[in-house]
Amino acid sequence: MNLKTEKSSRRKFLNTVALLTGGLLVSSVTKPFNGLLAASNKPEGNGPWYGIGIDIEKCIGCGRCANACKEENDVPRVPFYFRSWVEQYTIKNDGEIIVESPNGGIDGFTQSVPDEDIFKSFFVPKMCNHCSKPPCVQVCPVGATFETKEGVVLVDSNYCIGCGYCVQACPYGCRYIHPEKKTADKCSLCYHRISKGIAPACMEICPNDARIFGNLRDKEGELVKFLKEHTCHVLKPEMNTGSKLFYNALNQEVK
Amino acid sequence: MPQQIKKLLIVFTIVFGIFFIIKYALKPKSFGEFGHYRGLAIIENENKQVKYVGIEACNECHDDIVSYKKEGPHVNLQCEVCHGPGYLHIQDPETNKLIIPSKRENCGICHQKNAARSENNITQVDLKEHNVENKCIDCHKSHNPYEFKD
Repeated sequence: MNLKTEKSSRRKFLNTVALLTGGLLVSSVTKPFNGLLAASNKPEGNGPWYGIGIDIEKCIGCGRCANACKEENDVPRVPFYFRSWVEQYTIKNDGEIIVESPNGGIDGFTQSVPDEDIFKSFFVPKMCNHCSKPPCVQVCPVGATFETKEGVVLVDSNYCIGCGYCVQACPYGCRYIHPEKKTADKCSLCYHRISKGIAPACMEICPNDARIFGNLRDKEGELVKFLKEHTCHVLKPEMNTGSKLFYNALNQEVK
Repeated sequence: MPQQIKKLLIVFTIVFGIFFIIKYALKPKSFGEFGHYRGLAIIENENKQVKYVGIEACNECHDDIVSYKKEGPHVNLQCEVCHGPGYLHIQDPETNKLIIPSKRENCGICHQKNAARSENNITQVDLKEHNVENKCIDCHKSHNPYEFKD
């Protein structure tokens, strides 16, 4: 083979590789995951496909959701183990952002910044996003976590080996290793309740109706109505997780 | 076929054979029923105990309080927000009493003044200033807090 053609084919190869990687990078930046588009373009199937809506404007930060979740699902009462919790974001006049979540908000919030220094303050309740492309499910080596046909991400605690890959994989920090069971644990959207037709504990207990859950396939349903009437965003769209937890009035500062 | 390949084939067959036998023996029966997971796990998740029973269950015995609560601003509140989950209480009300919160901090969880709370959403007081000597429920009726005790 002559030297010239070999050189040119190598150059061609390198060019193609550069073009492909560059193209992928650019397309991921210009076309990140869009929560609303994903909600409008649902996977094929019958029956409910659940999503969650949280209205930050309505949340009063009482933390009753976090408390009810611990009671309902036997989550250890000590801090650091949460399936659901509330954060208080405070943006100060000097541009500093303070995020607090004392015991997940269960014991209530005490305002740590005096009124005159605050530019804006708001509560952000957090929980599993029940992603439609869940990274936690992709990494599980034994198939102990999965997405049901209703779009709920569950853990099979009898099959989990407690390796903790999923805890690392979740970009929202929604998983933990249960200190007694030594298996992964997370929000199940109260699967034992929704399968009986009752709302999840956190949604039922919310005193200001700031949290709703509903069927994204039901065009007349509460959640679709919520998405139509509010400006909703998902957390970390750049992660392309296919999050189905939609926040109304979500500020860009929330991570 | 060369002899060494034949021997290798035998070894491979044995190794893969053992692998598939072990895999078959260890794989739970319901695995793969709906996807790459144990189908039974769905039923196990479904069968957990429901602990928050809802206001309808409370209404069966405490209809007087439930209807009184409807007259005030706590109308949309579930009883179990303050009193805790009621699943044991509805099974045996005598032995399983619910929490009756009475401390100022209990009310403060929702009503403590905070810059992140909008006045349109919730009535707030500064617990450090408002009638510090007394409990909230010394004056307010908790089920209808704009009515006062005598």
